[in-house]
Amino acid sequence: MPVVVGLWCVAGFIAIAAVAIAIGRFSRASALIYGASLLVSLAALAFGLQHLIGAGFPDMVDYPLGVPGIGAHFRLDALSAFFLVVINLGGAAASLYAIGYGRHEIAPLRVLPFFPAYLGGMNLVLLADDAFSFLVAWEFMSLTSWALVLANHRAPENVRAGYIYLVMAGFGTLSLLLAFGLLAGPDGSYAFESIRASHPVPFVAALTLLLTLLGAGSKAGLVPLHVWLPLAHPAAPSHVSALMSGVMTKVAVYGFIRIAFDLLGEPVWWWSLIVLAIGAITAVIGILYALMQRDIKRLLAYSTVENIGIVFIGLGLALAFRANKMELPAALALTAALFHVLNHSLYKSLLFFGAGAVLTATGKRSLEDLGGLIHRMPNTAIVVLIGCAAISALPPLNGFVSEWMIFQAILVGPQLPQWGLRFMVPTVGALLALSAALTAACFVKAYGVMFLGRPRTPAAEAATDADRFSLSAMFILAAFCFCAGVLPGLVIDILAPVAQSLLGARMPVQVHLPFSLAWASILPIAESRSSYNGFIILAFLVISGTFTAMFIHRFATRATRRSAIWDCGYPDPSVATQYSSSSFVMPIRRVFGATVFDVRRSLDMPRPGETRPGSFHLKVWDPVWRYFYGPVARLVLRSATVLNQLQFLTIRRYLTLVFATLILLLMVVAAWR
Amino acid sequence: MRALSFDIAHLLAGLMLVLSFLLLYQDRITAMLNVFAMQAVALSASVAWQAVIQDAPHLLVTAAIALVVKGIVIPTALHRIVRKLGIHREIEEVIGAGLTMLVGLGLVALSILLMLPVGEKVSILVREDLAFALAVILLGLLMMITRRNAVTQIVGFMSLENGLVLAASGAKGMPLVVEFSVAFSVLIAFIVFGVFVFRIRERFDSVDVSALDRFRGERGEQP
Repeated sequence: MPVVVGLWCVAGFIAIAAVAIAIGRFSRASALIYGASLLVSLAALAFGLQHLIGAGFPDMVDYPLGVPGIGAHFRLDALSAFFLVVINLGGAAASLYAIGYGRHEIAPLRVLPFFPAYLGGMNLVLLADDAFSFLVAWEFMSLTSWALVLANHRAPENVRAGYIYLVMAGFGTLSLLLAFGLLAGPDGSYAFESIRASHPVPFVAALTLLLTLLGAGSKAGLVPLHVWLPLAHPAAPSHVSALMSGVMTKVAVYGFIRIAFDLLGEPVWWWSLIVLAIGAITAVIGILYALMQRDIKRLLAYSTVENIGIVFIGLGLALAFRANKMELPAALALTAALFHVLNHSLYKSLLFFGAGAVLTATGKRSLEDLGGLIHRMPNTAIVVLIGCAAISALPPLNGFVSEWMIFQAILVGPQLPQWGLRFMVPTVGALLALSAALTAACFVKAYGVMFLGRPRTPAAEAATDADRFSLSAMFILAAFCFCAGVLPGLVIDILAPVAQSLLGARMPVQVHLPFSLAWASILPIAESRSSYNGFIILAFLVISGTFTAMFIHRFATRATRRSAIWDCGYPDPSVATQYSSSSFVMPIRRVFGATVFDVRRSLDMPRPGETRPGSFHLKVWDPVWRYFYGPVARLVLRSATVLNQLQFLTIRRYLTLVFATLILLLMVVAAWR
Repeated sequence: MRALSFDIAHLLAGLMLVLSFLLLYQDRITAMLNVFAMQAVALSASVAWQAVIQDAPHLLVTAAIALVVKGIVIPTALHRIVRKLGIHREIEEVIGAGLTMLVGLGLVALSILLMLPVGEKVSILVREDLAFALAVILLGLLMMITRRNAVTQIVGFMSLENGLVLAASGAKGMPLVVEFSVAFSVLIAFIVFGVFVFRIRERFDSVDVSALDRFRGERGEQP
């Protein structure tokens, strides 16, 4: 009975939360609570992995809980098992990291009880098998994470972030509620089992898909619903930021896949147009804004928006292929999207851990206050470098594999019969390539300004490396990034049951047991088209690197030269003359400034003769606030002001209102027949 | 026999409707209370006739309740209240009586329009009965919003409730419990209203509800 094991894990998380309330005030409690969370996460991880590798059959269990007549249904299939693996991998890493990191917590009682409860909520979403349990678990997850966002509630920007998060989460859940209402139909069959059996009419199905995009997209961070991510994710403690960014957005992706691929039945081809367009826009906008950020955690949050866009591009391709009965490319696109989900959870958690380590060591979040950390935090610098290389999709790391697979799926695009898709898919491919390049620029900037150069503040100069637990969590994640990049075939084979159960097809088996030359290479479709071998790339990199080093050492001249000291290009000794975060991205800001960004500059020059210093201020706003949320907020405020007068009517006017409404409705009834 | 029973039911229900119009128009308070008592009697007769033609003896209980409570107890109590308040000679200003009557006619037309096409599933008797009942209900609501005096508003509410009972008696198989509970809740409502009228009077020396509005500092109906 595998599902029951999963439910026991959820119960374990909740029990830890209860214990945390009781013992949270003691100084030793933190390590104990995080250690227990780590154990339960590992158990859930093992259990998910075992179901996925063993390709177990879906397993269901019902309890007479919740809404009468519906009950609570839970189910474990390949899809939820895969996401269980992703979530508990991230959860276990975050727990391990927090054993060390959590010592610096100012108010542990504001974090300790919610952390395991949050993990439990996310696990429960994956196991739910009826709309009611799903929404309850979803909302539980939202509320516990909201409490974690407000862990440091004295900062006014955190309160604002919490408020916006709560509004967006409420909106998202409302959309999902309506989507499930449409799916359940007039009979009110809320169990997923009966939803799967029913086939909604195309119009209703399309409406459901849109509502799901709104609901899951607001949690995942699709543009323009992404505004809460860069506010809320940095506000939480770093291990929670890693969970929210690396893991919770994946729960949202799971929600979308569950509804769009599992419950809705056969897709219509134009649905994929919407998903593809939104995914591509999200990817480009997300990374452009990440580039503009100076706050390291906010930069990472915007980069999450970008990666979610990439995942949705993969999902949109899978929908397009599936609608045209092209099972193999559909399996390729879906597997690529899921692979990217796994990858992003690995390296985004890693990078947030690194940001947390830097934050603990220096107390600074702004890139402009850091610099030169590679000498003071060498271990952190190495793992963050691996994370940055992985997220920039450099071979032989894992980020490259999933993006390459998505490109392979895009290259199959011209075989699609609809002209709309034939035009759309290459456009999306171009945008994806643009965002991949910009990602590399973004993380060159982040890593360079943070770790290279000279320290810009005394705090950065006095930094020391992270503690054992935090470092080991980061090294483990970096190792996973490396392994998934070098042996991607293994991951693809593990993912096969998911595609098989959702699409009825899978990618070809990648790992053939008798060892051969092609052992580590992956073939998305056929050998004649294209293949990728992470192992050979790694071997090439190692060998060519070694040879180059040997070559230089052997043949370079050893003669002593006398000249001026090399000043690294900075003749001025002041640290302020180094490249800063803003100056690095200035060309990109100039290129996109007029169209994508809402840049406000102010230059204050002293007049000749004045002795005060001149100053230059630069503020980059998200135009979504001005052009989308601003009008919406004003509309709400205006209608609220108008409706407020209804609070102060006389009794007779209230009666008249009731009467007029009644008459109006009766007249409608009379006219209807 | 069938035609005759239909005619009598029609006559009694129609009588209630005519009395509703009288209520809408009548501006003397004592006279209005008398009209209300007459409507209750007409209701009781109508329900009793339904008991006879439907062969449903429990409707007789309903008729008795209507006669005793609404025909005798409530009007007597209202008469006493009015006398105690010293407004029994007062003439209430009815806002736009002609217009109100026209609106009332429109409401009757609307309810007939709504109820007549209900279809062949129900008997013609029930259909007509429901049309009358709906008209009485709407006229009661109309009376509540066109009057300013608290006592006349009570009467409007009670007349609305008469319409409800008429509708309930027309429908076959309405259990007695429902009618009991409706009658009981009306009685409670009456007590609450009565208490309120005296409280209003104590505080404002008037039972004109617009005094309440002035007290709440309304923007709406400033004199």
